[in-house]
Amino acid sequence: MNALALKKGSSRKSAYDLKNPQGDHQETHTITVLVDNEAGVLARVIGLFSGRGYNIDSLTVAEVDHAGHRSRITVVTTGTPAVIEQIKAQLERMVPVYAVHDLTVEGPSVERELALVKVAGTGEHRVEALRLADVFRANVVDTTLESFVFEITGAPEKIDTFIELMRPLGLVEAGRTGIAALSRGAHI
Amino acid sequence: MSRQMTGAQMVVRALRDQGVDTVFGYPGGAVLPIYDELFQQNKIRHILVRHEQGATHAAEGYARSTGKPGVVLVTSGPGATNAVTGMTDALMDSIPMVVLTGQVPTFMIGNDAFQEADTVGITRPCTKHNWLVKDTDKLAGTIHQAFHVATTGRPGPVLVDIPKDVQFATGQYQAPNQSQTGHYNPQVKGDIDLITLAVEGLEKAERPILYTGGGVVNSGPGASQLLRELVAETNFPITSTLMGLGCYPASGDNWLGMLGMHGTYEANWSMHDCDYMLCIGARFDDRITGRVDAFSPNSFKVHIDIDPSSINKNIRVDVPIIGDIGHVLEDMLKVWKARGRKTNSEAVAKWWEQIEKWREVKSLNYRNSEKTIKPQYALQRLEALTKNHDRYITTEVGQHQMWAAQFLGFEDPHRWMTSGGLGTMGYGLPASLGVQIAHPEALVINVAGEASWMMNMQEMSTAVQFKAPIKQFILNNERLGMVRQWQELLHGERYSSSWSEALPDFVKLAEAFGCKGILCKDPADLDDAIQEMLDYDGPVIFDCLVEKHENCFPMIPSGKAHNEMLLGDASTKDAIDSGGAVMV
Ligand SMILES: Cc1ncc(C[n+]2csc(CCOP(=O)(O)OP(=O)(O)O)c2C)c(N)n1
Ligand SMILES: [Mg+2]
Repeated sequence: MNALALKKGSSRKSAYDLKNPQGDHQETHTITVLVDNEAGVLARVIGLFSGRGYNIDSLTVAEVDHAGHRSRITVVTTGTPAVIEQIKAQLERMVPVYAVHDLTVEGPSVERELALVKVAGTGEHRVEALRLADVFRANVVDTTLESFVFEITGAPEKIDTFIELMRPLGLVEAGRTGIAALSRGAHI
Repeated sequence: MSRQMTGAQMVVRALRDQGVDTVFGYPGGAVLPIYDELFQQNKIRHILVRHEQGATHAAEGYARSTGKPGVVLVTSGPGATNAVTGMTDALMDSIPMVVLTGQVPTFMIGNDAFQEADTVGITRPCTKHNWLVKDTDKLAGTIHQAFHVATTGRPGPVLVDIPKDVQFATGQYQAPNQSQTGHYNPQVKGDIDLITLAVEGLEKAERPILYTGGGVVNSGPGASQLLRELVAETNFPITSTLMGLGCYPASGDNWLGMLGMHGTYEANWSMHDCDYMLCIGARFDDRITGRVDAFSPNSFKVHIDIDPSSINKNIRVDVPIIGDIGHVLEDMLKVWKARGRKTNSEAVAKWWEQIEKWREVKSLNYRNSEKTIKPQYALQRLEALTKNHDRYITTEVGQHQMWAAQFLGFEDPHRWMTSGGLGTMGYGLPASLGVQIAHPEALVINVAGEASWMMNMQEMSTAVQFKAPIKQFILNNERLGMVRQWQELLHGERYSSSWSEALPDFVKLAEAFGCKGILCKDPADLDDAIQEMLDYDGPVIFDCLVEKHENCFPMIPSGKAHNEMLLGDASTKDAIDSGGAVMV
């Protein structure tokens, strides 16, 4: 029927079928955005996400090049492959944005997060919490007779697990920084 | 050569260095230093509007009709918030616009000072970019960068918020060539491999269609020329969105008329049945696609756009080409010529036979009347009587807007100004003012609905003050016609608040403004009345009383597919045969 038997990207019969081409399953991606460190730049990025209905699972930002006046935003987001593509295109066209990298697709990367976890208890629970903290290489940064504050760094999943383990042992509260991420190897 | 001067002086100097000749604005406390500088020079003309929304639409009209950025100057707080609708409109329709707002002094920001508003916060989502300048040394550079951003890549509105103390303080002026425009420089050249792939498709296409949009206008006159060459060389049919009318002449043989919700039968069916779609500077907006999963199901799609985020947003395409339309079309034609100027002309001829059959449906037909003026008829007469003028058309939003798009023919880009993406009632009158200011000798007509027109009618006063002879052609159906149509078709004929009640006497209103009013209600008088409007040397309010219950057809109800189009009762062959009452 269609005379156009073109190879690249051709979807032959139905050029667009909303559901099929990339799938409508949800994916989680870690995206880093290098931006001018100007007033309001974080509000701009957050406004883009809220205004267009994209998810933010985690977001961190800090200046990474003081002389060059640049900040790095690391955002973890969830969406269908088409939405993830849109998010990147929308970020890329913002005026203060230098570069957008999708670490999830651009090859291996390292992701780290820091958390502070407060646990209160006595007796068996207190001993067990300390033992688990040791297993997870968490540091004790504050102690009273009935509580600890642990500092733990690692991949987000490791922190999730640690917090879950602390729950029955007297978890009071936890503060997390969100993810910082970089690609592995010598390149950007 | 940099110089010391006050911030307010810098503003005027920077505008001059950017080639600005006109500013649309309204003064207030936070911009008084700038107004003081404007007063002491005569290179830049200031047009005092009657409402800041009017300034923004006038700037849009100026920009759209000239290709240059429109410039707006307003005060802090209410001045800035009143400008929000126009900036949003410009963002949706990719109109280059630079808005300068006054702000309370830096040391008062955050204190809920008199007429303080978080202007950069409020306008962040309705500008392409915005800046709050806290240091006079950075003011000139920021303004130059603002012009760069507004006019580069996909054009759009930008805003520079200038606190009053920054306007008073002295600093270093930087000329445009000394200023850093930053790293914002979108790609204009298309990927040549992808262009070649697009050309391969063009050569093989049996049922091709060119689907064009406002991006062609924005790319400049060269793009429109190249588009015409492409059509002439390939003999492909061409349609356009509301925003792209005029890029290919309406009198051209290959023109199918506008597509989309109120597009022609032949344009929409060609989109649905084509096997090769070349989208040039359009964005697959929902008024165009209808139901997306039924949109042009069997075509190979190529999309040329300068904004990567427009590609694959609503519709997945096979070949995405990111670049400026002019550059990409030039390369495309080069590649196609180098490969021997091939098309499947036999198949294309057959495709034209099919298209002719769709054309015969005459989807724009309507039943004319000898008693009442049909809005379509009024526009046909307007078209006939103004065709040979140096003519610019603006519109408001509603049925009249769609009829204007259907019944007026545009031969060149920049001649048609309408609020497409945002659909802003109240756009047309101030936009016509901006167009007239840019083209003092031209015939500028705003095709209006009575309801929309009243949203910014205060700008008639501006037109009178600045001797702008704009013609306000109001198709007065005493209804919020488009709302009424939807209520009739989709809400069980329950006409909730869609009547224009207590309308003013437009002729007396014209007199009150100090311009001319004309009333016409009999089709027999229409030509003379239009001629009277054209002959009058000054602004005119033309109250054209039209049929109150006319519906705009064809229509693809939202959420339906292109092949589920509704036709008017006059648009069938039978109706055409059945008598002389049918026009077109
Ligand atoms: C600012 C604004 N408010 C509301 C609407 C919704 N709306 C779209 S068309 C329309 C009616 C317009 O009436 P009129 O200007 O008389 O034009 P007609 O449809 O009768 O030709 C309305 C209320 C809009 N587009 N813009
Ligand atoms: Mg009306």
